[in-house]
Amino acid sequence: MQRNISDWERAISLAAGGALFAYALSRTRGQGISPMTATTATGLIARGLSGFCPLSATVGRNSRGGDTRAALGGSRGLHVHESVTIGRPAPELFRFWRDFSNLPRFMDHLEDVRIISPTRSVWTAKAPAGLTIKWEADVINEIEGELIGWQSTDNADVATAGSVRFVPAPRGGTEIIVHLQYEPPAGKVGGWIASLFGEEPSQQIRADLRKLKALLETGEAPSIVGQPAGPSGSRRTARAVGVPV
Amino acid sequence: MKALCWYGRHDVRVERVPDPEILNPRDAIVRVTSTAICGSDLHLYDGFIPGMAPGDILGHEFMGEIVEVGSNVRNLARGDRVIVPFTIACGSCVQCLQGNYSLCDNSNPNVGALEKVYGYGGSGLFGYSHLYGGYAGGQAEYVRVPFADVGPFKVPDYLSDEHVLFMTDILPTGYMAAENCSIKPGDVVAVWGCGPVGLFAIQCAYLLGAGKVIGIDCVEDRLRLARERANAETINFLDTDVYDRLRELTGGRGPNSCIDAVGLEAHGHGSIGAVYDKTKAMLMLATDRLTALRQAIVACGKGGTVSIPGVYGGLLDKVPLGAAFAKGLTMKMGQTHVHRYLPTLLDHIEEGRIDPTFVISHTLRLDDAPEGYAMFLEKADACTKIVLKPS
Repeated sequence: MQRNISDWERAISLAAGGALFAYALSRTRGQGISPMTATTATGLIARGLSGFCPLSATVGRNSRGGDTRAALGGSRGLHVHESVTIGRPAPELFRFWRDFSNLPRFMDHLEDVRIISPTRSVWTAKAPAGLTIKWEADVINEIEGELIGWQSTDNADVATAGSVRFVPAPRGGTEIIVHLQYEPPAGKVGGWIASLFGEEPSQQIRADLRKLKALLETGEAPSIVGQPAGPSGSRRTARAVGVPV
Repeated sequence: MKALCWYGRHDVRVERVPDPEILNPRDAIVRVTSTAICGSDLHLYDGFIPGMAPGDILGHEFMGEIVEVGSNVRNLARGDRVIVPFTIACGSCVQCLQGNYSLCDNSNPNVGALEKVYGYGGSGLFGYSHLYGGYAGGQAEYVRVPFADVGPFKVPDYLSDEHVLFMTDILPTGYMAAENCSIKPGDVVAVWGCGPVGLFAIQCAYLLGAGKVIGIDCVEDRLRLARERANAETINFLDTDVYDRLRELTGGRGPNSCIDAVGLEAHGHGSIGAVYDKTKAMLMLATDRLTALRQAIVACGKGGTVSIPGVYGGLLDKVPLGAAFAKGLTMKMGQTHVHRYLPTLLDHIEEGRIDPTFVISHTLRLDDAPEGYAMFLEKADACTKIVLKPS
């Protein structure tokens, strides 16, 4: 189980959960504790024991201390591998990607990436309920025209790393090979990561790369948002059949 | 504006909807002067194509006048008279650059859904379900055309709408079907389905050098068109055994090429296979009915080609692949790369080698499109092709 809350918060959770149980038991007069009270109390105790808070995870809050390399080392974390071939030369694609402020133009979950030094940037991602999650990342590897690697700084709210390679394709264009890695707060089925990337992270990244390809090959991303439809044929209906809107 | 909207199986309605607007820099808006109902629209009408949403505007065969262009469209101007290919293509991806416009990498915003079913997905299409991008179609007064610097093709004023409208889909589809047969002079070509695509495939097969073309259908009006307007020999499969007759007509060799211009809703009256397919489709155990394709594969001569312009969408049951293997057949298929054929076809029309107007049986107002769909489905009143006039 991953941790995302600090030791003092764990202690408070344990104490509060225990107290709630004791209070509820003292008031039941043999009729049992109400399910809602029991759930809350059990949840607090579990939070204290495990050091993991699903609510914090959902909103991207993380008061854990941490070493990003340790969190993502080896096979740890959730890995996403995707690739796309784009009909542009590798150096051009490298320059586009290396300016991380371009990433939100095609990565749907990113709201903003602000460059604060040649190697450091601040990433803002969209979270559920209109909230955002921010973290800082450093470029940790760079080969001009071929490779960029980055990872979040130690103690950032999100432990994430990524790399992208630019390989000339055999029949023209460039293969972009992306490897992203996240520390999912509740293991490999974490709810937080699901809300950030949709149910299938690789599908989301694939859609992002497809958008990048369209932008760079045609100058625009194909879209039907804003086109007419008959009454009751709304965008919501369109989404119901699987259309990204 | 007025537009024909899909609401479900056998339920299409003319509705008032907002006018389309430029959404991307390479868009244009076309005021539709003529549009047609395609046989493949009947697959939507019959509810065979998934990914439709109530209110979707139908129509992928349309032409008209440019009334507005986006900031990155420099080859078109207001007032230009154009036909618009039903396949939407960006013109710059590796598929478009090879001329495979209907396989465009970039024009389908929902290709991810198609990839889940097909592995990889094709281009966006007008008015043909959200699997193909969900683009509003052209059975309307106005339509938004994406990548307008690549698709719309200018046509000369002296040719009527009826002469050039079918360059949007069915004429190039018939042409590509014939081209896919790699016809050598004197070849015998058999064409299943004498609807408009089949009729054009017959004409194009002759243009490409076929010695004899045989049309197969069960609708006598269509067989008559095939004989009288396309110079075909014909077989009515209701009263004649297709395989035996083709054998007879080819000196026992079988046709060099077979074209399936029917697709996933083959009628195949009476044959055991047809009943089996229809039952399975009704029970949702299979999606496509393929009497025509089965017959084409079995009837085709050794070393021949089966070319499939007819639309298939899903999983096919009881395909005689063994016959195809045993005879070393080549099979070619796919959505039409419309853009590729436009200059050639315009030349054929201008020189009078093809007169596409003969397939038109009815011209209706857009307001009457729902009646048109019902009539076309029933093939009532010798209905082969309906042209709609929005104004």
